[in-house]
Amino acid sequence: MRKDISRVISGLFSVVLGSMLGGVARYFVSGFVARRVGETFPWGTLFVNASGAFLIGILGALAQDDTSIFSSPDPWLFGVTGFLGCYTTVSSFSLQSLNLAREGERSRAAGYVGLSVVLCLAAVALGFATAGLLK
Amino acid sequence: MTGGTKSSWNAAILYACVAIGGMLGSVARYLVSLLIPSLYGFPLATLFVNITGSFVIGFYSTLSGPDGRWFASTRQRQFVMTGICGGYTTFSAFSLETFRLLQGGMTVVAFLNIAVSVVTWLVAVWLGHLLASRLNRLKGS
Repeated sequence: MRKDISRVISGLFSVVLGSMLGGVARYFVSGFVARRVGETFPWGTLFVNASGAFLIGILGALAQDDTSIFSSPDPWLFGVTGFLGCYTTVSSFSLQSLNLAREGERSRAAGYVGLSVVLCLAAVALGFATAGLLK
Repeated sequence: MTGGTKSSWNAAILYACVAIGGMLGSVARYLVSLLIPSLYGFPLATLFVNITGSFVIGFYSTLSGPDGRWFASTRQRQFVMTGICGGYTTFSAFSLETFRLLQGGMTVVAFLNIAVSVVTWLVAVWLGHLLASRLNRLKGS
């Protein structure tokens, strides 16, 4: 019982720590990319989601190996549930798609949706393959 | 205070709003993932947070927008939208779960997950926006 409670607390603590870093990283990176590339198309969020997908592919592959630290609960909760979960976002993606569509930019909205899904899935696969090469 | 320190102080506050909001949203997402099990391999918990998070951001951004009836400071908007909604929803878990379904040979479930997710996220953000615009048009304050 006592062990269970301490496990829940250390798990929550891992999510808290990882997510604060992930949120700050998203705010910084998406703003940086948007300022560099321009804000007529949501490149910032697209970059954040694709890079986050690449990293989760690496960590997902590492976690399959029992000797990796990511196969234990707290590092996974810190890195994946906390950091990458907060670093990437669906809510901004949805809002930006809606706003593009409402502004009459239908092809841009559809392009943004399609590009996000395809790039993120390709990035996970790439991350997975990269982790395989590193092993 | 000079202009420079004032604007960097302001930026620091915005970062703190995003960090704290993101932390609250992420803890909520973690708790949802403990409560909702996956259904025949279908990642329901991630779908749930991404739908509800999209609804909330659509609702809040319109309610607190230029024609909105809710006055919100830039800090509050960053806290709620970039922080809470951004931390609560996740694109990376959706990507990994879909990839794992494809890898496990559950191709139909994987494509179903993609289609259902994208459609329901977009419908949710649109419904949130629609509800808030209705409220904005109501008479009185």
